[in-house]
Amino acid sequence: MDLKDLYRDVILDHNRQPRNFGVLTHPDAHADGHNPLCGDRLTVWLRLDGDRVADIRFEGKGCAISTASASLMTEAVKGKDRVAIQQLYERIHTLLTQPHVAASDASLGKLAALAGVSEFPARVKCATLCWHTLNAALEHSADAVSTE
Amino acid sequence: MAAPRASAARGFDAAQVRRDFPILEQHINGRPLVYLDSAASSQRPLAVLRAVEYYETHIHANVHRGVHTLSQAATDAFEGARERARRFINARSTREIVFVRGTTEGINLVAQSFGRARLGKGDEILISALEHHANIVPWQMVCEQTGCTLKVAPINRRGEVELESLLGLLNARTRLVAVAHVSNALGTIVPVERIVQAAHSCGALVLIDGAQAVAHSPIDVRELGCDFYAFSGHKLYGPTGIGVLYGREELLAEMPPWQGGGEMIRTVSFERTTYNELPWKFEAGTPNISGAVGLAAAMDYLESLGLEALAAHERHLLTQATAAIERLPGIEIIGTAAHKAAVLSFTMRGCHPHDLGTILDSQGVAIRTGHHCAMPVMTFFDIPATARASFGCYNTEADVAALVAALEKAREVFS
Repeated sequence: MDLKDLYRDVILDHNRQPRNFGVLTHPDAHADGHNPLCGDRLTVWLRLDGDRVADIRFEGKGCAISTASASLMTEAVKGKDRVAIQQLYERIHTLLTQPHVAASDASLGKLAALAGVSEFPARVKCATLCWHTLNAALEHSADAVSTE
Repeated sequence: MAAPRASAARGFDAAQVRRDFPILEQHINGRPLVYLDSAASSQRPLAVLRAVEYYETHIHANVHRGVHTLSQAATDAFEGARERARRFINARSTREIVFVRGTTEGINLVAQSFGRARLGKGDEILISALEHHANIVPWQMVCEQTGCTLKVAPINRRGEVELESLLGLLNARTRLVAVAHVSNALGTIVPVERIVQAAHSCGALVLIDGAQAVAHSPIDVRELGCDFYAFSGHKLYGPTGIGVLYGREELLAEMPPWQGGGEMIRTVSFERTTYNELPWKFEAGTPNISGAVGLAAAMDYLESLGLEALAAHERHLLTQATAAIERLPGIEIIGTAAHKAAVLSFTMRGCHPHDLGTILDSQGVAIRTGHHCAMPVMTFFDIPATARASFGCYNTEADVAALVAALEKAREVFS
Protein backbone atom coordinates (compact mmCIF):
# COMPACT_ATOMS: atom_id res chain seq x y z
CA MET A 1 0.00 0.00 0.00
CA ASP A 2 1.55 3.21 -1.18
CA LEU A 3 0.05 6.52 -0.14
CA LYS A 4 1.58 8.26 -3.14
CA ASP A 5 -0.44 5.94 -5.33
CA LEU A 6 -3.71 7.10 -3.76
CA TYR A 7 -2.90 10.75 -3.23
CA ARG A 8 -1.33 11.49 -6.60
CA ASP A 9 -0.52 15.09 -7.46
CA VAL A 10 -3.55 15.36 -9.75
CA ILE A 11 -5.84 14.26 -6.88
CA LEU A 12 -4.28 16.65 -4.38
CA ASP A 13 -4.44 19.49 -6.89
CA HIS A 14 -8.13 18.91 -7.69
CA ASN A 15 -8.88 18.61 -3.97
CA ARG A 16 -7.20 21.90 -3.21
CA GLN A 17 -8.66 23.68 -6.20
CA PRO A 18 -11.73 21.84 -7.42
CA ARG A 19 -12.75 22.79 -10.98
CA ASN A 20 -16.33 23.75 -11.85
CA PHE A 21 -17.02 24.25 -8.15
CA GLY A 22 -20.03 26.31 -7.10
CA VAL A 23 -23.69 26.74 -7.90
CA LEU A 24 -24.83 26.65 -11.52
CA THR A 25 -27.62 29.17 -11.98
CA HIS A 26 -30.71 28.14 -13.95
CA PRO A 27 -29.77 24.48 -14.25
CA ASP A 28 -31.83 22.05 -16.31
CA ALA A 29 -31.26 19.31 -13.76
CA HIS A 30 -29.59 18.73 -10.44
CA ALA A 31 -29.25 16.01 -7.80
CA ASP A 32 -27.92 15.66 -4.26
CA GLY A 33 -25.62 12.81 -3.26
CA HIS A 34 -24.84 11.61 0.23
CA ASN A 35 -22.45 9.01 1.58
CA PRO A 36 -23.77 8.32 5.09
CA LEU A 37 -20.66 6.33 5.99
CA CYS A 38 -18.39 9.36 6.00
CA GLY A 39 -20.88 12.22 5.81
CA ASP A 40 -19.80 13.32 2.32
CA ARG A 41 -22.43 15.41 0.56
CA LEU A 42 -22.44 16.94 -2.89
CA THR A 43 -24.78 18.54 -5.36
CA VAL A 44 -24.37 18.32 -9.14
CA TRP A 45 -26.03 20.85 -11.46
CA LEU A 46 -26.37 20.39 -15.23
CA ARG A 47 -27.22 22.53 -18.18
CA LEU A 48 -28.29 20.34 -21.06
CA ASP A 49 -28.20 20.91 -24.76
CA GLY A 50 -30.44 18.15 -26.05
CA ASP A 51 -28.68 14.96 -25.03
CA ARG A 52 -25.41 16.71 -24.33
CA VAL A 53 -24.10 18.12 -21.06
CA ALA A 54 -23.43 21.73 -22.02
CA ASP A 55 -22.31 22.78 -18.55
CA ILE A 56 -21.82 21.11 -15.21
CA ARG A 57 -20.92 22.39 -11.75
CA PHE A 58 -20.79 20.81 -8.31
CA GLU A 59 -20.55 21.82 -4.72
CA GLY A 60 -20.15 19.81 -1.56
CA LYS A 61 -18.16 18.76 1.45
CA GLY A 62 -16.08 15.67 1.23
CA CYS A 63 -12.74 13.96 1.49
CA ALA A 64 -9.95 14.49 -1.02
CA ILE A 65 -10.92 11.45 -3.08
CA SER A 66 -14.57 12.49 -3.28
CA THR A 67 -13.80 16.13 -4.10
CA ALA A 68 -11.09 15.35 -6.66
CA SER A 69 -13.19 12.67 -8.31
CA ALA A 70 -16.10 15.10 -8.70
CA SER A 71 -13.81 17.81 -10.03
CA LEU A 72 -12.21 15.46 -12.57
CA MET A 73 -15.63 14.16 -13.54
CA THR A 74 -16.97 17.62 -14.36
CA GLU A 75 -14.02 18.26 -16.66
CA ALA A 76 -14.40 14.89 -18.34
CA VAL A 77 -18.14 14.92 -19.04
CA LYS A 78 -18.58 18.50 -20.19
CA GLY A 79 -19.65 18.39 -23.84
CA LYS A 80 -20.37 14.65 -23.82
CA ASP A 81 -23.76 13.07 -24.49
CA ARG A 82 -25.53 10.55 -22.27
CA VAL A 83 -24.23 7.49 -24.09
CA ALA A 84 -20.62 8.69 -23.92
CA ILE A 85 -21.02 9.55 -20.23
CA GLN A 86 -22.44 6.14 -19.48
CA GLN A 87 -19.54 4.47 -21.29
CA LEU A 88 -17.06 6.64 -19.39
CA TYR A 89 -18.69 5.76 -16.07
CA GLU A 90 -18.41 2.06 -16.85
CA ARG A 91 -14.70 2.47 -17.59
CA ILE A 92 -14.21 4.42 -14.36
CA HIS A 93 -16.00 1.71 -12.43
CA THR A 94 -13.67 -0.90 -13.91
CA LEU A 95 -10.69 1.30 -13.03
CA LEU A 96 -11.79 1.55 -9.39
CA THR A 97 -12.65 -2.12 -8.93
CA GLN A 98 -10.53 -4.05 -11.50
CA PRO A 99 -7.48 -1.84 -12.08
CA HIS A 100 -5.53 -4.49 -13.99
CA VAL A 101 -8.25 -4.67 -16.63
CA ALA A 102 -8.41 -0.90 -16.97
CA ALA A 103 -4.69 -0.12 -16.70
CA SER A 104 -4.17 0.26 -20.42
CA ASP A 105 -7.26 2.41 -21.00
CA ALA A 106 -5.66 5.56 -22.36
CA SER A 107 -9.04 7.17 -23.08
CA LEU A 108 -9.53 7.91 -19.38
CA GLY A 109 -7.12 10.82 -19.49
CA LYS A 110 -6.70 12.58 -16.13
CA LEU A 111 -9.35 10.32 -14.58
CA ALA A 112 -6.69 7.58 -14.61
CA ALA A 113 -5.25 9.32 -11.54
CA LEU A 114 -7.98 7.59 -9.56
CA ALA A 115 -6.41 4.17 -10.24
CA GLY A 116 -4.84 4.04 -6.76
CA VAL A 117 -8.28 4.02 -5.12
CA SER A 118 -8.71 0.36 -6.07
CA GLU A 119 -6.11 -0.58 -3.47
CA PHE A 120 -8.30 1.02 -0.78
CA PRO A 121 -11.67 -0.74 -1.02
CA ALA A 122 -13.16 1.39 1.77
CA ARG A 123 -12.57 4.45 -0.40
CA VAL A 124 -14.18 3.31 -3.67
CA LYS A 125 -17.50 4.81 -2.57
CA CYS A 126 -15.82 8.18 -2.09
CA ALA A 127 -14.81 8.17 -5.75
CA THR A 128 -18.14 6.95 -7.13
CA LEU A 129 -20.48 9.26 -5.18
CA CYS A 130 -20.23 12.03 -7.79
CA TRP A 131 -20.97 9.62 -10.64
CA HIS A 132 -24.07 8.26 -8.90
CA THR A 133 -25.17 11.84 -8.32
CA LEU A 134 -24.54 12.78 -11.97
CA ASN A 135 -26.61 9.78 -13.08
CA ALA A 136 -29.44 10.85 -10.81
CA ALA A 137 -29.31 14.38 -12.22
CA LEU A 138 -29.35 13.00 -15.76
CA GLU A 139 -32.44 11.05 -14.90
CA HIS A 140 -33.93 14.37 -13.80
CA SER A 141 -34.46 12.82 -10.42
CA ALA A 142 -34.80 15.34 -7.65
CA ASP A 143 -34.41 12.62 -5.04
CA ALA A 144 -31.21 12.44 -3.04
CA VAL A 145 -29.08 9.43 -3.91
CA SER A 146 -27.03 7.43 -1.53
CA THR A 147 -24.04 5.15 -1.96
CA GLU A 148 -25.41 2.86 0.76
CA MET B 1 8.82 2.79 16.66
CA ALA B 2 10.45 2.50 20.05
CA ALA B 3 9.47 -0.34 22.34
CA PRO B 4 6.38 0.48 24.37
CA ARG B 5 7.25 2.07 27.65
CA ALA B 6 5.46 1.69 30.91
CA SER B 7 2.99 4.39 31.75
CA ALA B 8 3.88 7.06 34.21
CA ALA B 9 0.69 6.18 36.05
CA ARG B 10 1.75 4.36 39.17
CA GLY B 11 0.96 0.71 39.56
CA PHE B 12 0.05 0.15 35.94
CA ASP B 13 2.39 -1.50 33.46
CA ALA B 14 0.81 -1.13 30.02
CA ALA B 15 3.77 -2.80 28.31
CA GLN B 16 3.12 -5.89 30.41
CA VAL B 17 -0.65 -5.67 29.79
CA ARG B 18 0.02 -5.48 26.07
CA ARG B 19 1.50 -8.99 26.11
CA ASP B 20 -1.93 -10.33 27.12
CA PHE B 21 -3.32 -9.24 23.72
CA PRO B 22 -1.92 -11.43 20.93
CA ILE B 23 -3.66 -9.43 18.19
CA LEU B 24 -1.48 -6.42 18.97
CA GLU B 25 1.69 -8.26 17.99
CA GLN B 26 1.01 -7.96 14.27
CA HIS B 27 2.15 -5.48 11.66
CA ILE B 28 -0.30 -3.50 9.55
CA ASN B 29 0.99 -2.16 6.24
CA GLY B 30 4.51 -3.01 7.36
CA ARG B 31 4.27 -1.08 10.64
CA PRO B 32 3.63 -2.33 14.17
CA LEU B 33 -0.09 -2.07 14.86
CA VAL B 34 -1.03 0.91 17.01
CA TYR B 35 -4.61 0.24 18.02
CA LEU B 36 -6.41 3.46 18.99
CA ASP B 37 -9.99 2.38 18.32
CA SER B 38 -11.03 0.75 21.59
CA ALA B 39 -14.06 3.04 21.86
CA ALA B 40 -15.42 1.26 18.78
CA SER B 41 -14.38 -2.18 19.97
CA SER B 42 -11.64 -3.20 22.36
CA GLN B 43 -9.36 -6.19 21.80
CA ARG B 44 -9.59 -9.38 23.87
CA PRO B 45 -6.94 -10.61 26.25
CA LEU B 46 -5.81 -14.25 26.21
CA ALA B 47 -7.78 -14.83 29.43
CA VAL B 48 -11.02 -14.12 27.54
CA LEU B 49 -10.02 -16.08 24.43
CA ARG B 50 -9.06 -19.07 26.58
CA ALA B 51 -12.23 -18.96 28.67
CA VAL B 52 -14.34 -18.99 25.50
CA GLU B 53 -12.23 -21.77 23.98
CA TYR B 54 -12.49 -23.87 27.13
CA TYR B 55 -16.23 -23.40 27.19
CA GLU B 56 -16.55 -24.34 23.51
CA THR B 57 -14.28 -27.39 23.79
CA HIS B 58 -15.43 -28.76 27.15
CA ILE B 59 -18.78 -27.41 28.27
CA HIS B 60 -21.12 -26.33 25.50
CA ALA B 61 -24.74 -27.48 25.47
CA ASN B 62 -28.00 -25.57 25.63
CA VAL B 63 -28.82 -23.93 28.96
CA HIS B 64 -31.81 -24.50 31.26
CA ARG B 65 -32.94 -27.31 28.97
CA GLY B 66 -31.59 -30.73 29.77
CA VAL B 67 -30.74 -33.09 32.59
CA HIS B 68 -27.51 -34.26 31.01
CA THR B 69 -24.15 -33.31 32.44
CA LEU B 70 -23.09 -30.79 29.80
CA SER B 71 -26.41 -28.99 29.89
CA GLN B 72 -25.99 -28.54 33.63
CA ALA B 73 -22.37 -27.41 33.21
CA ALA B 74 -23.34 -24.90 30.52
CA THR B 75 -26.16 -23.58 32.71
CA ASP B 76 -23.73 -23.20 35.62
CA ALA B 77 -21.27 -21.34 33.39
CA PHE B 78 -23.98 -19.05 32.03
CA GLU B 79 -25.57 -18.29 35.38
CA GLY B 80 -22.09 -17.96 36.90
CA ALA B 81 -21.40 -15.25 34.33
CA ARG B 82 -24.59 -13.49 35.42
CA GLU B 83 -23.41 -13.49 39.03
CA ARG B 84 -20.04 -12.15 37.83
CA ALA B 85 -21.79 -9.31 36.01
CA ARG B 86 -23.90 -8.57 39.12
CA ARG B 87 -20.74 -8.16 41.19
CA PHE B 88 -19.08 -6.07 38.48
CA ILE B 89 -21.72 -3.35 38.71
CA ASN B 90 -22.80 -4.10 42.30
CA ALA B 91 -26.43 -4.90 41.52
CA ARG B 92 -28.51 -6.30 44.37
CA SER B 93 -29.54 -9.47 42.62
CA THR B 94 -28.90 -11.55 39.49
CA ARG B 95 -32.60 -11.01 38.76
CA GLU B 96 -31.55 -7.50 37.81
CA ILE B 97 -29.02 -8.70 35.19
CA VAL B 98 -30.53 -9.34 31.76
CA PHE B 99 -28.17 -10.64 29.09
CA VAL B 100 -28.67 -8.84 25.78
CA ARG B 101 -26.68 -8.55 22.54
CA GLY B 102 -25.24 -5.22 23.58
CA THR B 103 -26.03 -1.71 24.74
CA THR B 104 -28.27 -1.09 21.73
CA GLU B 105 -30.45 -4.07 22.50
CA GLY B 106 -30.57 -3.16 26.18
CA ILE B 107 -31.90 0.32 25.38
CA ASN B 108 -34.37 -1.06 22.85
CA LEU B 109 -35.60 -3.52 25.48
CA VAL B 110 -36.43 -0.71 27.88
CA ALA B 111 -37.93 1.40 25.09
CA GLN B 112 -40.17 -1.37 23.81
CA SER B 113 -41.07 -2.97 27.12
CA PHE B 114 -41.25 -0.09 29.57
CA GLY B 115 -41.78 2.71 27.05
CA ARG B 116 -44.42 1.13 24.90
CA ALA B 117 -46.42 -0.21 27.84
CA ARG B 118 -46.21 2.82 30.12
CA LEU B 119 -45.91 5.95 28.03
CA GLY B 120 -48.56 7.87 26.16
CA LYS B 121 -49.60 11.27 24.90
CA GLY B 122 -48.44 14.05 27.17
CA ASP B 123 -45.53 12.04 28.58
CA GLU B 124 -41.97 13.15 27.91
CA ILE B 125 -38.67 11.35 27.43
CA LEU B 126 -35.59 13.49 28.02
CA ILE B 127 -32.23 12.81 26.38
CA SER B 128 -29.15 14.98 25.76
CA ALA B 129 -27.67 16.36 22.55
CA LEU B 130 -24.52 14.22 22.84
CA GLU B 131 -26.24 10.84 22.62
CA HIS B 132 -25.22 7.98 20.34
CA HIS B 133 -27.90 7.05 17.79
CA ALA B 134 -28.63 3.98 19.95
CA ASN B 135 -29.90 6.32 22.67
CA ILE B 136 -31.92 8.48 20.27
CA VAL B 137 -33.64 6.27 17.72
CA PRO B 138 -35.26 3.74 20.12
CA TRP B 139 -36.93 6.69 21.90
CA GLN B 140 -38.08 8.25 18.62
CA MET B 141 -39.68 4.90 17.81
CA VAL B 142 -41.48 4.85 21.17
CA CYS B 143 -42.68 8.41 20.55
CA GLU B 144 -44.11 7.33 17.19
CA GLN B 145 -45.76 4.31 18.76
CA THR B 146 -47.23 5.95 21.85
CA GLY B 147 -47.57 9.66 21.08
CA CYS B 148 -45.15 10.71 23.82
CA THR B 149 -42.65 13.51 23.21
CA LEU B 150 -38.85 13.49 22.99
CA LYS B 151 -37.04 16.42 24.62
CA VAL B 152 -33.34 17.12 24.09
CA ALA B 153 -31.09 18.91 26.58
CA PRO B 154 -28.45 21.00 24.75
CA ILE B 155 -24.66 20.80 24.96
CA ASN B 156 -22.16 23.67 25.04
CA ARG B 157 -19.15 24.31 22.77
CA ARG B 158 -16.94 22.19 25.02
CA GLY B 159 -19.27 19.27 24.42
CA GLU B 160 -20.68 19.22 27.95
CA VAL B 161 -24.35 18.69 28.68
CA GLU B 162 -25.79 22.00 29.87
CA LEU B 163 -26.91 20.79 33.22
CA GLU B 164 -29.03 23.82 34.07
CA SER B 165 -30.94 23.45 30.80
CA LEU B 166 -31.40 19.75 31.39
CA LEU B 167 -32.71 20.35 34.89
CA GLY B 168 -34.98 23.05 33.47
CA LEU B 169 -36.49 20.57 31.02
CA LEU B 170 -37.38 18.16 33.83
CA ASN B 171 -41.01 18.44 34.85
CA ALA B 172 -43.96 16.39 36.06
CA ARG B 173 -44.53 15.04 32.52
CA THR B 174 -40.97 13.67 32.28
CA ARG B 175 -41.24 9.91 32.67
CA LEU B 176 -37.79 8.81 31.64
CA VAL B 177 -34.36 10.42 31.28
CA ALA B 178 -31.92 8.54 29.05
CA VAL B 179 -28.32 9.77 28.99
CA ALA B 180 -24.87 8.51 28.12
CA HIS B 181 -22.44 8.06 31.00
CA VAL B 182 -19.57 8.93 28.62
CA SER B 183 -19.96 10.42 25.12
CA ASN B 184 -18.46 8.14 22.45
CA ALA B 185 -17.89 11.01 20.02
CA LEU B 186 -16.52 13.61 22.43
CA GLY B 187 -15.28 11.74 25.49
CA THR B 188 -17.36 13.92 27.84
CA ILE B 189 -18.08 12.32 31.21
CA VAL B 190 -21.69 13.21 31.99
CA PRO B 191 -22.53 14.01 35.65
CA VAL B 192 -25.11 11.23 35.81
CA GLU B 193 -25.33 11.27 39.63
CA ARG B 194 -26.74 14.83 39.55
CA ILE B 195 -29.11 13.91 36.75
CA VAL B 196 -30.39 10.83 38.59
CA GLN B 197 -31.02 12.88 41.72
CA ALA B 198 -32.92 15.59 39.87
CA ALA B 199 -34.91 13.15 37.72
CA HIS B 200 -35.97 11.11 40.72
CA SER B 201 -37.15 14.18 42.54
CA CYS B 202 -39.46 14.78 39.55
CA GLY B 203 -40.63 11.19 39.61
CA ALA B 204 -38.83 10.27 36.36
CA LEU B 205 -36.81 7.10 35.84
CA VAL B 206 -33.23 7.19 34.54
CA LEU B 207 -31.54 4.95 31.99
CA ILE B 208 -27.78 5.29 31.58
CA ASP B 209 -26.06 4.26 28.35
CA GLY B 210 -22.85 2.93 29.86
CA ALA B 211 -21.24 1.60 26.68
CA GLN B 212 -18.26 3.96 26.89
CA ALA B 213 -17.97 4.04 30.68
CA VAL B 214 -17.69 0.47 31.92
CA ALA B 215 -14.16 -0.20 30.67
CA HIS B 216 -12.76 2.99 32.18
CA SER B 217 -13.92 3.27 35.77
CA PRO B 218 -15.65 1.13 38.39
CA ILE B 219 -19.45 1.19 38.06
CA ASP B 220 -21.73 0.87 41.07
CA VAL B 221 -25.36 1.00 40.00
CA ARG B 222 -26.56 1.29 43.59
CA GLU B 223 -24.33 4.27 44.24
CA LEU B 224 -25.43 5.85 40.94
CA GLY B 225 -29.02 5.18 41.91
CA CYS B 226 -30.04 4.74 38.28
CA ASP B 227 -33.01 2.62 37.24
CA PHE B 228 -31.46 1.07 34.13
CA TYR B 229 -27.84 0.74 33.03
CA ALA B 230 -26.90 -0.79 29.67
CA PHE B 231 -23.45 -1.82 28.41
CA SER B 232 -21.69 -4.02 25.86
CA GLY B 233 -19.13 -6.79 26.33
CA HIS B 234 -16.97 -5.88 23.37
CA LYS B 235 -16.15 -2.45 24.73
CA LEU B 236 -14.76 -3.93 27.93
CA TYR B 237 -12.36 -6.46 26.42
CA GLY B 238 -15.05 -9.14 26.06
CA PRO B 239 -16.72 -10.71 23.02
CA THR B 240 -19.18 -9.08 20.62
CA GLY B 241 -22.85 -10.03 20.70
CA ILE B 242 -23.15 -9.98 24.48
CA GLY B 243 -24.05 -7.19 26.84
CA VAL B 244 -25.97 -6.47 29.99
CA LEU B 245 -29.07 -4.54 30.81
CA TYR B 246 -29.29 -3.80 34.51
CA GLY B 247 -32.75 -2.86 35.71
CA ARG B 248 -34.08 -2.36 39.23
CA GLU B 249 -35.94 -5.54 40.11
CA GLU B 250 -39.26 -3.92 40.98
CA LEU B 251 -39.28 -2.19 37.59
CA LEU B 252 -38.29 -5.24 35.57
CA ALA B 253 -40.89 -7.33 37.43
CA GLU B 254 -43.70 -5.06 36.28
CA MET B 255 -42.48 -4.70 32.70
CA PRO B 256 -44.00 -6.95 30.03
CA PRO B 257 -41.71 -9.25 28.01
CA TRP B 258 -40.56 -7.74 24.72
CA GLN B 259 -39.74 -10.84 22.71
CA GLY B 260 -41.62 -14.13 22.86
CA GLY B 261 -40.21 -17.61 22.49
CA GLY B 262 -38.51 -20.37 24.39
CA GLU B 263 -36.79 -19.69 27.73
CA MET B 264 -38.96 -16.66 28.55
CA ILE B 265 -42.08 -18.75 29.32
CA ARG B 266 -43.27 -20.82 32.24
CA THR B 267 -46.22 -22.57 30.60
CA VAL B 268 -47.59 -22.37 27.08
CA SER B 269 -50.97 -23.41 25.78
CA PHE B 270 -52.93 -22.04 22.85
CA GLU B 271 -55.29 -20.40 25.31
CA ARG B 272 -52.83 -18.87 27.73
CA THR B 273 -49.10 -18.48 28.22
CA THR B 274 -47.46 -17.56 31.50
CA TYR B 275 -44.05 -15.96 31.63
CA ASN B 276 -40.85 -17.01 33.28
CA GLU B 277 -39.47 -15.13 36.26
CA LEU B 278 -36.67 -12.57 36.17
CA PRO B 279 -34.35 -12.28 34.42
CA TRP B 280 -35.27 -15.05 31.96
CA LYS B 281 -38.57 -13.32 31.15
CA PHE B 282 -36.49 -11.00 28.98
CA GLU B 283 -34.24 -13.65 27.42
CA ALA B 284 -36.29 -15.35 24.71
CA GLY B 285 -34.45 -18.01 22.71
CA THR B 286 -31.09 -19.66 23.29
CA PRO B 287 -28.75 -16.96 24.59
CA ASN B 288 -25.14 -16.18 23.66
CA ILE B 289 -23.70 -18.57 26.24
CA SER B 290 -20.05 -18.47 25.20
CA GLY B 291 -20.34 -14.69 24.94
CA ALA B 292 -21.50 -14.50 28.55
CA VAL B 293 -18.61 -16.76 29.61
CA GLY B 294 -16.18 -14.51 27.75
CA LEU B 295 -17.73 -11.40 29.29
CA ALA B 296 -17.29 -12.83 32.78
CA ALA B 297 -13.62 -13.57 32.00
CA ALA B 298 -13.20 -9.99 30.74
CA MET B 299 -14.62 -8.65 34.02
CA ASP B 300 -12.18 -10.85 35.98
CA TYR B 301 -9.37 -9.56 33.79
CA LEU B 302 -10.31 -5.89 34.18
CA GLU B 303 -10.60 -6.16 37.93
CA SER B 304 -7.23 -7.93 38.08
CA LEU B 305 -5.71 -4.90 36.35
CA GLY B 306 -7.42 -2.60 38.83
CA LEU B 307 -9.98 -0.22 37.40
CA GLU B 308 -8.72 2.76 39.39
CA ALA B 309 -5.14 2.24 38.20
CA LEU B 310 -6.39 1.74 34.65
CA ALA B 311 -8.41 4.97 34.82
CA ALA B 312 -5.30 6.85 35.98
CA HIS B 313 -3.25 5.31 33.16
CA GLU B 314 -5.81 6.33 30.54
CA ARG B 315 -6.08 9.85 31.97
CA HIS B 316 -2.32 10.14 31.66
CA LEU B 317 -2.38 9.03 28.01
CA LEU B 318 -5.29 11.36 27.23
CA THR B 319 -3.52 14.35 28.78
CA GLN B 320 -0.31 13.53 26.96
CA ALA B 321 -2.00 12.96 23.59
CA THR B 322 -4.12 16.10 23.93
CA ALA B 323 -1.08 18.24 24.64
CA ALA B 324 0.90 16.64 21.80
CA ILE B 325 -1.67 16.99 19.05
CA GLU B 326 -2.79 20.45 20.16
CA ARG B 327 0.69 21.62 19.25
CA LEU B 328 0.27 20.48 15.63
CA PRO B 329 -0.87 23.20 13.24
CA GLY B 330 -4.45 23.07 12.01
CA ILE B 331 -5.66 20.61 14.62
CA GLU B 332 -8.93 21.33 16.37
CA ILE B 333 -9.96 19.13 19.26
CA ILE B 334 -13.71 18.46 19.24
CA GLY B 335 -14.87 17.86 22.80
CA THR B 336 -12.95 19.78 25.42
CA ALA B 337 -15.04 19.01 28.48
CA ALA B 338 -13.50 19.49 31.90
CA HIS B 339 -14.10 15.80 32.64
CA LYS B 340 -13.24 13.43 29.81
CA ALA B 341 -12.68 9.73 29.35
CA ALA B 342 -10.03 8.25 27.06
CA VAL B 343 -11.51 9.59 23.80
CA LEU B 344 -9.80 12.22 21.66
CA SER B 345 -11.85 13.53 18.72
CA PHE B 346 -10.30 16.06 16.37
CA THR B 347 -10.15 17.54 12.90
CA MET B 348 -7.16 18.69 10.83
CA ARG B 349 -7.50 21.75 8.60
CA GLY B 350 -7.24 20.85 4.91
CA CYS B 351 -7.43 17.11 5.52
CA HIS B 352 -10.81 15.40 5.72
CA PRO B 353 -11.10 12.85 8.57
CA HIS B 354 -11.57 10.09 6.02
CA ASP B 355 -8.25 10.93 4.39
CA LEU B 356 -6.65 11.12 7.83
CA GLY B 357 -7.94 7.64 8.60
CA THR B 358 -6.41 6.20 5.43
CA ILE B 359 -3.06 7.92 5.96
CA LEU B 360 -2.86 6.86 9.60
CA ASP B 361 -3.73 3.29 8.63
CA SER B 362 -0.85 3.31 6.13
CA GLN B 363 1.35 4.05 9.17
CA GLY B 364 -0.16 1.16 11.15
CA VAL B 365 -2.28 3.49 13.31
CA ALA B 366 -5.93 2.40 13.63
CA ILE B 367 -8.34 5.21 14.52
CA ARG B 368 -12.03 5.73 13.87
CA THR B 369 -13.22 8.35 11.41
CA GLY B 370 -16.77 9.43 10.63
CA HIS B 371 -19.76 10.67 12.56
CA HIS B 372 -19.41 8.02 15.30
CA CYS B 373 -23.15 7.27 15.19
CA ALA B 374 -23.70 10.72 16.65
CA MET B 375 -24.83 12.81 13.68
CA PRO B 376 -26.51 15.47 15.86
CA VAL B 377 -23.14 16.06 17.57
CA MET B 378 -21.48 16.58 14.17
CA THR B 379 -24.30 18.95 13.16
CA PHE B 380 -23.84 20.91 16.41
CA PHE B 381 -20.14 21.43 15.70
CA ASP B 382 -20.91 22.00 11.98
CA ILE B 383 -18.51 19.31 10.78
CA PRO B 384 -19.22 16.22 8.67
CA ALA B 385 -17.01 13.95 10.73
CA THR B 386 -14.07 13.76 13.10
CA ALA B 387 -11.03 11.57 13.53
CA ARG B 388 -11.13 9.82 16.89
CA ALA B 389 -8.32 8.19 18.80
CA SER B 390 -9.38 6.23 21.87
CA PHE B 391 -7.23 4.58 24.50
CA GLY B 392 -7.42 1.33 26.40
CA CYS B 393 -5.44 -0.70 28.90
CA TYR B 394 -2.86 -1.82 26.30
CA ASN B 395 -2.00 1.62 24.97
CA THR B 396 1.33 3.19 25.83
CA GLU B 397 3.15 6.48 25.47
CA ALA B 398 4.78 4.98 22.36
CA ASP B 399 1.29 4.69 20.82
CA VAL B 400 0.73 8.40 21.44
CA ALA B 401 4.08 9.14 19.78
CA ALA B 402 3.09 6.98 16.78
CA LEU B 403 -0.21 8.86 16.50
CA VAL B 404 1.58 12.19 16.46
CA ALA B 405 4.13 10.99 13.89
CA ALA B 406 1.33 9.67 11.65
CA LEU B 407 -0.49 13.01 11.89
CA GLU B 408 2.72 14.77 10.83
CA LYS B 409 2.81 12.42 7.85
CA ALA B 410 -0.77 13.36 6.95
CA ARG B 411 0.14 17.04 7.09
CA GLU B 412 3.08 16.34 4.81
CA VAL B 413 0.85 14.60 2.22
CA PHE B 414 -1.73 17.40 2.30
CA SER B 415 0.62 20.36 2.61
